[in-house]
Amino acid sequence: MEFVYLIFLPMLVALIIPLLFKKLNGVHTGWFVLFVPVVLFIYYAGFARSIMDGGHAVSELQWIPSLGISFVSYLDGLSLLFTLLITGIGALVVLYSIFYLDKSREKLHHFYVYLLLFMSAMLGVVQSDNVISLYLFWELTSISSFLLIGYWNTRDRSRFGALKSMMITVFGGLMMLGGFVLLGIMGDSFSIRELIANSASFIGHEYFTLALILILLGAFTKSAQFPFYIWLPDAMEAPTPVSAYLHSATMVKAGLYLVARFTPIFAVSEVWVWLVTGIGLLTLFWGSFFAVKQIDLKAILAFSTVSQLGLIMSLLGAGAIAFHSDDALFKFATFAAIFHLINHATFKGSLFMIAGIVDHETGTRDIRKLGGLMSIMPVSFTVAFIGSMSMAGLPPFNGFLSKEMFLQSMLAIQHFELFNFATWGMLFPIVAWIASVFTFIYSFYFVFKTFAGKRKKEPLPNTPHEAPFGMLISPVILAALVVGIFFIPNVIGKWFVKPAVMAIQPALYNHPSDVAVHVAAWHGFASTELWMTIAIVGVGAILYLTLAKWQKLYDIQPQSLSLNALYDATMLFGERGMNQLSRFYMTGLIRTYLLYMFAFIIALTTATLFIKEAFVVDMDSFSALNAYGLMTAVILIIAVCMVVLAKTRLAAIIALGAVGYSVALFFVIFKAPDLALTQLVIETVSVALFLLAFKHLPALRNHGQTKRNKIANLIIAAGIGVTVTLVALSAHSQKLLPSISHYYKETVATEAGGGNIVNVILVDYRGFDTLFEIAVLAIAGIGVLGMIRLRLARKERADENK
Amino acid sequence: MKTNDVILQTTTKVVFFIIFLFSIHIFFAGHYTPGGGFVGGLLTTGALVLLLLAFDLKTVKQALPFNFTIVTGIGLLLALGTASASLVFNVPFFTHAFDDFTLPLFGVTSLHTAMLFDAGVYLVVVGAAITIIQSIGGDA
Repeated sequence: MEFVYLIFLPMLVALIIPLLFKKLNGVHTGWFVLFVPVVLFIYYAGFARSIMDGGHAVSELQWIPSLGISFVSYLDGLSLLFTLLITGIGALVVLYSIFYLDKSREKLHHFYVYLLLFMSAMLGVVQSDNVISLYLFWELTSISSFLLIGYWNTRDRSRFGALKSMMITVFGGLMMLGGFVLLGIMGDSFSIRELIANSASFIGHEYFTLALILILLGAFTKSAQFPFYIWLPDAMEAPTPVSAYLHSATMVKAGLYLVARFTPIFAVSEVWVWLVTGIGLLTLFWGSFFAVKQIDLKAILAFSTVSQLGLIMSLLGAGAIAFHSDDALFKFATFAAIFHLINHATFKGSLFMIAGIVDHETGTRDIRKLGGLMSIMPVSFTVAFIGSMSMAGLPPFNGFLSKEMFLQSMLAIQHFELFNFATWGMLFPIVAWIASVFTFIYSFYFVFKTFAGKRKKEPLPNTPHEAPFGMLISPVILAALVVGIFFIPNVIGKWFVKPAVMAIQPALYNHPSDVAVHVAAWHGFASTELWMTIAIVGVGAILYLTLAKWQKLYDIQPQSLSLNALYDATMLFGERGMNQLSRFYMTGLIRTYLLYMFAFIIALTTATLFIKEAFVVDMDSFSALNAYGLMTAVILIIAVCMVVLAKTRLAAIIALGAVGYSVALFFVIFKAPDLALTQLVIETVSVALFLLAFKHLPALRNHGQTKRNKIANLIIAAGIGVTVTLVALSAHSQKLLPSISHYYKETVATEAGGGNIVNVILVDYRGFDTLFEIAVLAIAGIGVLGMIRLRLARKERADENK
Repeated sequence: MKTNDVILQTTTKVVFFIIFLFSIHIFFAGHYTPGGGFVGGLLTTGALVLLLLAFDLKTVKQALPFNFTIVTGIGLLLALGTASASLVFNVPFFTHAFDDFTLPLFGVTSLHTAMLFDAGVYLVVVGAAITIIQSIGGDA
């Protein structure tokens, strides 16, 4: 079967969801949705065995073959792992949402349509082998996540969060598209597999680093890396199932997927290693540091997600070092990244669901109001405890294993020789260790401030009680996985992690089983990371117990110096600043616009004239002056001056008439009788028209012109005059081709049967022009008629809208 | 106060025809000597403006009961018709034909389809110009 069509299955189901919601409103719509991820999960799970053996599966659907754009579903270890996460956690989230969202109060037909759209988009992102269709699905995840975050669109915060995430992720998406196009140019292909195969030829290409940075921008914005993480905490306004699904397990990992997918192409670059590792670590530290500050349960989880994504990102960066170094420890980092990615999806999904349960059953997510829920909600507490301890990196939970591997990789980095790592490498394990301490603190903060201690005195909005059974199924399954993976890490490694590692580092392995990593919970007392973990627990415990004393320190940072404030200022500038800018130059005065136009004409024309060295004056091409011409020119100049300086309209009109007649005289002198005739008559008629029209106008007034206006006008007018003169002189001085007028002269009698060349040109050789000129004249006549008639009609009825 | 402009009106009655005939001459002579449809049309307009100045709008409308908008339309149709008539003879758009014919009264005369096109130009110029002048003048 062509399994590429399966990507679109959720989209197809989304089409009939509104119908199901309206017609079968006795059943919660979620039940109909649930089968989609379940079926997909079971189907895709069937690929696991062949892919574990190092195989892959491809299915293609042509879209725009002429441009090399197609939908290609390419399943290898990496994409299969993500596919199973998306469908598996998708199924659990849908199940959870059935109990979380009320079928009579919520607009479920919207919710599930968006969710299914998102599922399709996510499957498309991870399975696409074509960068253009990858981009298509990538933007679709941005759009569907925008819709999901703004699901409760009557709330201000939801709309704000939705817009913020949209702006940031779409910005990154567009940058990424640029990177893809550059890659397409370099590799002459849009297929990722072909690009990877040709990647050796990209090194040193002028676009290489630019493409790298653009693609990383896309990955960093989507994966909420520093400084783009700010949209994720605001996206917590979404319903909790959405937060659990999009903002912990799937969408935010799209960026990680992208980094992993393009590692074979870019890992050779120093920029890549530094950026991915450095930004990842910075995000890890930053997210964990600020998670302790939060008072909203979901905000803590949001910052912890940011931090954990940073951790995985830094591991992927460290894994890229394996392309430079044979040290087994760096190959290990990629394994650790993928392994932690799985672990994070399990524990963070369950934690979000618990946060949702607490919110649902108590009516608040404010950690200051919560406490002492342990005995009331024992199951939720157990799940939260398992998830938090795994997040903190304690045994016997899967987070412990990946945390150990993470510390091990960061310790290894300082031994790496290239790219100045030897100098700065010491920082990596230190930052990682501090971040781990904070991770430990916020994990404890999250679970114990909510569930342990005494009940607060002021009553909660709802009377707390244990969540319904259905709501607990999904978190319990995930928590069971958290514990289960701790005991069978090597089975997970063999089935899922090793094929993914092989997909990320195809050049290093021939078969997934070549990835020689064995996960062990116990490394012996000699290992540094064990002592680091013990130190984390010790320092973390002390800091957690004294939390009340130093949590106030966070208030030192002023609100105006945060990245959120920067974002707000940018948006405000975009709206208000641009408005002011356009209001500054769009004055609404035609006078100003004319100034702009003429100034640009002067600048462009003269600049071109002199830069291209086109200004030439050839004295020989001029004909001799004659007295008549000179006299007429003097008259003309006097008349023009009169037009400009006239104080009354009548004088200006008469002076204009004088200009027209002297031009006619010029035509006579330069032997153009037809033109002279026409000029004389048209001048007469138009002066008569001017007199007719201007008789009704009031005397000339000053329209608010100041002296400065007049000087500016003078400068611009003089500039235009000089520009046109220069162009005319140069054009006259260099005639590149002989005139075609000889042809007319020779054929006017034989071909056209006439004697007056001008008229024959007008009606015969180039009658086409005349045809449209008379059309213009007719339009002008009808226009005048229409305007005056309409004005007369309007006079009768004072209001034109009546 | 009513002015008595009998001299102006009487002179106009004579001069109008001179100008009009001159404009017709210029129009027909256009193919060989300076002139043509455009100048011819403008001269006719000039003659009509003279009439308008000497008499008034109403009198001229009574004397020349044309709708000048329709004159413009006819002119456009004539020009376009001449230009596209060549398509009937399977030659490109706007191909003119001319030949000498022996006409009664005129003798051997060269007839040219360009003259028809020029007549279109003439009518459009007269029609549009008078439409403009009449509407602006009528507005006052």
